[in-house]
Amino acid sequence: MELKEKLVSSFMAFENMVDIDSPVHDIRTEAIKQFEVEGFPTKRQEAWKYTSLNTVLKHDYSVFPKHEEALEFKDVKKYFIHDIDSYKIIFIDGKYSSHLSQTTHDGIDVCLMSAALTKPKYRLVIENYFNKIATKDGLSSLNTAFSAEGAYIHIPKNKLVEKPIQILHFSTGNEAALMLQPRNLIVVDENSHVQIIERHQSLTNNPVLTNSVTEIFANKRAIVDYYKIQNDRETASLIDNTFINQKRESIAKVHTFSFGGKLTRNNLNFFQNGERLDSTMKGITIIGNKQHVDHNTLVHHIEPNCESHQDYKGIFDDNSTGVFNGKVIVEKEAQKTNAFQANNNILVSDKASINTKPQLEIFADDVKCSHGCTIGQLDESAMFYLRSRGIPEKEARALLMFAFSNNVLDSVKIPEIKSRITKIIANKLGVNIGFNL
Amino acid sequence: MLKIKNLHASVDDKGILKGINLHVKPGEVHAIMGPNGSGKSTLAAVVAGKEEYEVEEGEILLDGENIDELGPEERAHKGVFLSFQYPVEIPGVSVTNFMKTAINETRKAKGLEDMPANEMLKMIREKSEMLEIDRKFLSRSLNEGFSGGEKKRNEIFQMAMLEPKLAILDETDSGLDIDALRIVANGVNKLKSKDNAVIVITHYQRLLDYIVPDYVHVLHDGKIVKSGSKELAHELEAKGYDWIKEEVGA
Repeated sequence: MELKEKLVSSFMAFENMVDIDSPVHDIRTEAIKQFEVEGFPTKRQEAWKYTSLNTVLKHDYSVFPKHEEALEFKDVKKYFIHDIDSYKIIFIDGKYSSHLSQTTHDGIDVCLMSAALTKPKYRLVIENYFNKIATKDGLSSLNTAFSAEGAYIHIPKNKLVEKPIQILHFSTGNEAALMLQPRNLIVVDENSHVQIIERHQSLTNNPVLTNSVTEIFANKRAIVDYYKIQNDRETASLIDNTFINQKRESIAKVHTFSFGGKLTRNNLNFFQNGERLDSTMKGITIIGNKQHVDHNTLVHHIEPNCESHQDYKGIFDDNSTGVFNGKVIVEKEAQKTNAFQANNNILVSDKASINTKPQLEIFADDVKCSHGCTIGQLDESAMFYLRSRGIPEKEARALLMFAFSNNVLDSVKIPEIKSRITKIIANKLGVNIGFNL
Repeated sequence: MLKIKNLHASVDDKGILKGINLHVKPGEVHAIMGPNGSGKSTLAAVVAGKEEYEVEEGEILLDGENIDELGPEERAHKGVFLSFQYPVEIPGVSVTNFMKTAINETRKAKGLEDMPANEMLKMIREKSEMLEIDRKFLSRSLNEGFSGGEKKRNEIFQMAMLEPKLAILDETDSGLDIDALRIVANGVNKLKSKDNAVIVITHYQRLLDYIVPDYVHVLHDGKIVKSGSKELAHELEAKGYDWIKEEVGA
């Protein structure tokens, strides 16, 4: 049976299993209908021209994992940013692991979507925010239809959340092939500040497909720092659909570090619903073999005096492929917009490729919008310079690649994340040099 | 220490070095002078191992070992250092981190442990003071936005850190004002010992007032056409290069 049919026909069983009387029952029902109409995207769609899901969709995924698996912290510690004190929301094969998690209700809610969707005390927040900004495309609709579990984070106003929140999804390989649909809701109220780290990790080479939806609301003067660490095995694929709604004077930053995975698609959407706010999205992609990473960003400038900053660096080796499609819409009312976009790439191998496409739709006349994309190779004269100082070829190459991408790390506010990312990069590039710059 | 025998080298099938013979012993300073396009920088790059140059004939021996097949990093590990005429700007790599990496990779090649951090810092402090380099400068990206003089001073700083056996200074004087020239020359002189050697490549004689050579060689059309003592440099300064060309019948 095709995956689409399998999913549609499991919907009933799913609803019976979670709670058919849930307040989101209508939303789910609507969403599965939408998915039935839309299906999975194909290369015929403009936004999916360079990314084919065919090889990813061919597996016979389990939609509901049958077994529950426990993991010991010591066995998965390396996937955490473990040298900082943090809240943790941990899932194993899509199921919440209370053993590994550290949630809280002390002034803030850092807990589970399953609780938020069923308990009355969260009803108001769910009514106001759930599925309000996720788009109605096939993949997001599919996630909405099966939305039951994920992270639920609500920070009331004037709270500075001192500990970062880590959201980790482990898959154990208990299923021959597993599909996951995590659903996260993050609401940050007026004047509050939160830092979130998200990671998906499979522990075996059994295929995993994650289709995740995260809705983030940064209300007035809120600050949201979001870090996505994508360093999964090359048998796991991730479709990340993230939607961020910003109110006036808020600051939202998303850093996406893509080193692993078979196929990774990041649909990152910012909606600027207020004045004087700032949206930042940055990324480092370093891949090889047959890996594929696609960054598809949207910034919708709706109101005046706002900024957006995009800076994506990509390094592609072997037969890897990359896509960057950055869409910026500046509405007529959005005067005095400052929108910057940069996408710089290095092709290390002549079999690697990148398709990069800035897409600017500007309807206001008093704005500053810039975009630039470059595709190049490593500078041979720089290589000779480094090697002439005794730095071997492989290390010199790695140092230049790191130097090419490291300004993206300047805006990372948590030093432990910065050092973890540099370690992952050194590891990825096969060198043992400290990039501590 | 360095013996170059009948060296022929080309780039893109164009012959540039056409039979160089040069013998440099420990403790010596050799100056290589010559008009533009005579092959001075090519000679420096070929000795340092730049791969786009093809050695077609002859050999380069370092302490009796043919280094022709070695990569630039392996030559560096054996003590060859090239001060670049045009140091490359490398955004994102700080001077300090670059030096740490270079020193530790060289130590690794010799089977040594990384240099302890405090020792490294002490060395960086001493050498940067010797070359009157501001501490702030060391945390900046390598050569990025440096003035011509800063770049050259930074090259000699690297030389001081790496303590090479054979240093080749390619037009280190170009772009330097007189104060910077004095600082750089002073640095080179302090690094000189009976065990190492320096090859100074220059177009002008003025650097040789500060770094006094034991031998001066004139390079013309890919060959050393005249060798002599330091007085030869003065003669060249006074008379230009044309008389050499006439003398060799070019």
